[in-house]
Amino acid sequence: MSDASEVIVIGGGLVGAAVAYGLAREGASVTMLDEGDVALRASRGNFGLVWVQGKGDGMHEYASWTRRSKDLYRSFADVIRGGDGTDIELKQDGGLELCLGEEDFRANEDEIRRMHNQPGVGENDRVMLDRADVLKMLPLIGPEVTGASYSPHDGHVNPLYLLRGLHGGAQALGARYVSGAQVRKIEKDGEGFSVSTKVGAFRGGKVVIAAGLANKWLAEMVGLSIPVEPNRGHILITERMQPVIPMLLVNARQTADGTINFGNSHEDAGYSTRINPAKLAEIARSVIRSFPVLKDARIVRTWSALRVMSPDGFPIYRESESMPGAFSISCHSGVTLAAAHALELAPVILRGGFNERFAAFSPERFDAAPAA
Amino acid sequence: MTRFDLAIIGAGPAGMSAAVTARDAGLSVIVVDEQPAPGGQIWRAVGRNAGARSGNLAFLGEDYAKGAELAAQFEASGAQFWPSASVWHADSPDEGDKTVTVAWDGATRQFRAGALLIATGAMERPVPVPGWTLPGVMTVGAAQTLLKSSGLHPEPPLLLAGSGPLLLLFAAQCIAAGIEIAALLETTPPGAYMRGLPHLPVALLGWRTLLKGHRLKRQLAASGIPVYRAVTDLVADGTEQLERVRFRSAGMPVELEAAHLLLHEGVVPNPQLTRLLRCDHHWDAAQRCFRPDLSDRGETSVDNVFVAGDGGGIGGAMAAVHSGRIAAFEIAERFGSVNRPSGDVEIVKARDALRAELAVRPLLDAMFPPPDWIARLDGDVTVCRCEEVSAAAVRKAAALGAPGPNQAKAFLRAGMGPCQGRMCGLTITEILADAHGEHPERIGYYRIRPPIKPVTLGELAALDGSD
Amino acid sequence: MLRRLPEQKGRRVRFLFEGEQVHALEGDSVAAALLAAGAGATRTTPKSGSPRAPYCMMGVCFECLVEIDGVPNRQACLIEVRDGMRVRRQRGAPGLPGEAEDDPV
Repeated sequence: MSDASEVIVIGGGLVGAAVAYGLAREGASVTMLDEGDVALRASRGNFGLVWVQGKGDGMHEYASWTRRSKDLYRSFADVIRGGDGTDIELKQDGGLELCLGEEDFRANEDEIRRMHNQPGVGENDRVMLDRADVLKMLPLIGPEVTGASYSPHDGHVNPLYLLRGLHGGAQALGARYVSGAQVRKIEKDGEGFSVSTKVGAFRGGKVVIAAGLANKWLAEMVGLSIPVEPNRGHILITERMQPVIPMLLVNARQTADGTINFGNSHEDAGYSTRINPAKLAEIARSVIRSFPVLKDARIVRTWSALRVMSPDGFPIYRESESMPGAFSISCHSGVTLAAAHALELAPVILRGGFNERFAAFSPERFDAAPAA
Repeated sequence: MTRFDLAIIGAGPAGMSAAVTARDAGLSVIVVDEQPAPGGQIWRAVGRNAGARSGNLAFLGEDYAKGAELAAQFEASGAQFWPSASVWHADSPDEGDKTVTVAWDGATRQFRAGALLIATGAMERPVPVPGWTLPGVMTVGAAQTLLKSSGLHPEPPLLLAGSGPLLLLFAAQCIAAGIEIAALLETTPPGAYMRGLPHLPVALLGWRTLLKGHRLKRQLAASGIPVYRAVTDLVADGTEQLERVRFRSAGMPVELEAAHLLLHEGVVPNPQLTRLLRCDHHWDAAQRCFRPDLSDRGETSVDNVFVAGDGGGIGGAMAAVHSGRIAAFEIAERFGSVNRPSGDVEIVKARDALRAELAVRPLLDAMFPPPDWIARLDGDVTVCRCEEVSAAAVRKAAALGAPGPNQAKAFLRAGMGPCQGRMCGLTITEILADAHGEHPERIGYYRIRPPIKPVTLGELAALDGSD
Repeated sequence: MLRRLPEQKGRRVRFLFEGEQVHALEGDSVAAALLAAGAGATRTTPKSGSPRAPYCMMGVCFECLVEIDGVPNRQACLIEVRDGMRVRRQRGAPGLPGEAEDDPV
């Protein structure tokens, strides 16, 4: 078949697009298969954080991997701008997690202490700030704010422009993008793979499954068990506003456009992306407690999207042993890890030694008998 | 949460008629509308014009005056009415009652209903011509609203541009009220009567409407207002304000001074609520817009969610009244407050009346075909007014592989401003369909999510979560 | 600018636009009252600062956003004008309530 490529990437969200972009940068011929216009797309629903603090509690390799991606981001942004001209609006000026009330403050303090005792995790340089310090950064906080945890490494991007830049950049490097290509079957085909989709079959030497929650059933076709489950988050977005929140918060982010995004809710709601007004109200109340001046800010959009969660919350990366050349990549931090996925993970897919390099992220960690 | 048998969104002809019918049948009914008074767009301020300003009825016409009677019945019906209230969410869980979430009086309130009737009517088709964002450029419907609600009219020189019955009706109302029109710019392609001819036999069922149309044309001809025909390449020009309008008439370039330009290219269903509720829609090629799939009793693809009036497809005020009755009788039958045979008799009567009202539609669609040039837009004409996205940018997103409006929105922010895609949705579907060589139905429409009207954090926070 | 037909009965309403006293007729929407007062552009866009004025008058286009009584981005076509209202142009993206200098009394 004339349209065979070296690698087929299944998934055109942030994970798939970052991997496809990284592969194309290495000179590989890539076909990116994506769903249609309406998909369960975490990439269009996410918050845009390049977030370090709090990550890796319980797995220091994840803390280091996150930190690595963060460190790569500045040059990654430059590379994307050089590709198709997209400015992903990267800002890495540090981030805060506000504490409301004394109890919240102590809980954050305890978490920092606990994580500092884990190797690798302390690298996030997370510290506690008291109310007076926070006031200097955010003069409009309400009286209930007792302080915040802070890391100088946290940052954010415009996730939509990141997605557009990855798509544009990959295509500029010769990658082929096919939409509406819902995957039905992945099969071994000679030395490579054949992927049948709604819009026809595609052949590739390797196949990378980066399809978010769909990895659960797609990866089974290449002999991998990837236990990911949906976790629903709501996001609220204001109209464009003058600068109100000059510092990045884990649950509030004012974009370069002036819109403010609020979020960071977690719900187990199966695959439903239905909006829960009570959840929106809960988020609104917490925003007003943090910033009473925002009570008249107008919400123009809300969103619920599904995070791709593994049982321990850490990424799952694996090359199939029964069908070498087939890879499964899943994580919930598609933005934070995009730089690492493009610049460090993608080359390993081409060069080999994948399972050795990413041993800590193997799904085999879930095979151990569950504790009683 | 308070529960009603029937919740009606919109107090225009369809909503009021459904409310009156449902109350007669003994259902508990709530009606919510954004406007401060019932009437909808067509019968806007009908209470005031039938009362203190009854002199205005002379130029607003007899069809407008009919609204006063229904509005009076509606107010006496015993339906609970929330004016000046914005519905920002409606949900239909898999089983059981619908929930409606409303911003009203500074807080968020919710209620439940056994059935939901969407009667949110139509909006004018956005007409993206260069300069359409300038102050001084408005829709014909906007000018008509100003006339009905406040007796206000644009100062000269005033130009009307576009195509369709509403344009002619408004011109006639202006003439009757003594409002000066500098020129009428008809974008209708030549040959309207020839195109309409095959539809004439069926349309004769709606002879009253035809007669009215004929009368409008005659009034216009007698008025001596200059009419430019076969108008294309319309451009509104000015810096801070509209100053002049350029166009071609039958190919010849024309430039006119103008203080006001009113645009109109027909009306299309307001899609927000039916899209929010994930009702199935199809592309109506004759009217070049999406409309919800409806049963012959007005039910959408979602159980117990109904649409009546222009929101289900354009039919005008009287058609809306009949479709409101049909839906209300069906709902009343379902809840057992009207028995099947007697309700069905009423439905058959209303459906005959509806059929007669709609008979003239194919003729109108053929005479005034919706603009096809919107699909071919390119260049720097603004498509999304809120986020100022150009037609060329939409084409670029298509080239990047955006298969539909949702990916285009993610790439461009088109549809992300305060109007939430109302003013660009249809245009973007058309441009993407043209760019990809696909049918608009396959391209699809924006996924609409709550809030369908902006809501403040304070209003949201005031939602009482306890049930 | 808009003109009013003769014999439009109703009570006169006084409100402030950009600090200047303006008359309207009871039942006018804020948008209608501003157009009648010759307000011209009633807002500028947050993105490019381009001038805008009410466009659809039925709540769908959001071009008529103004600041009313210190609250930014209100839909002027959906709100009836009232005595003593303080209305200002919405310039670009809204700031925080209470930022605008007080109107003269």
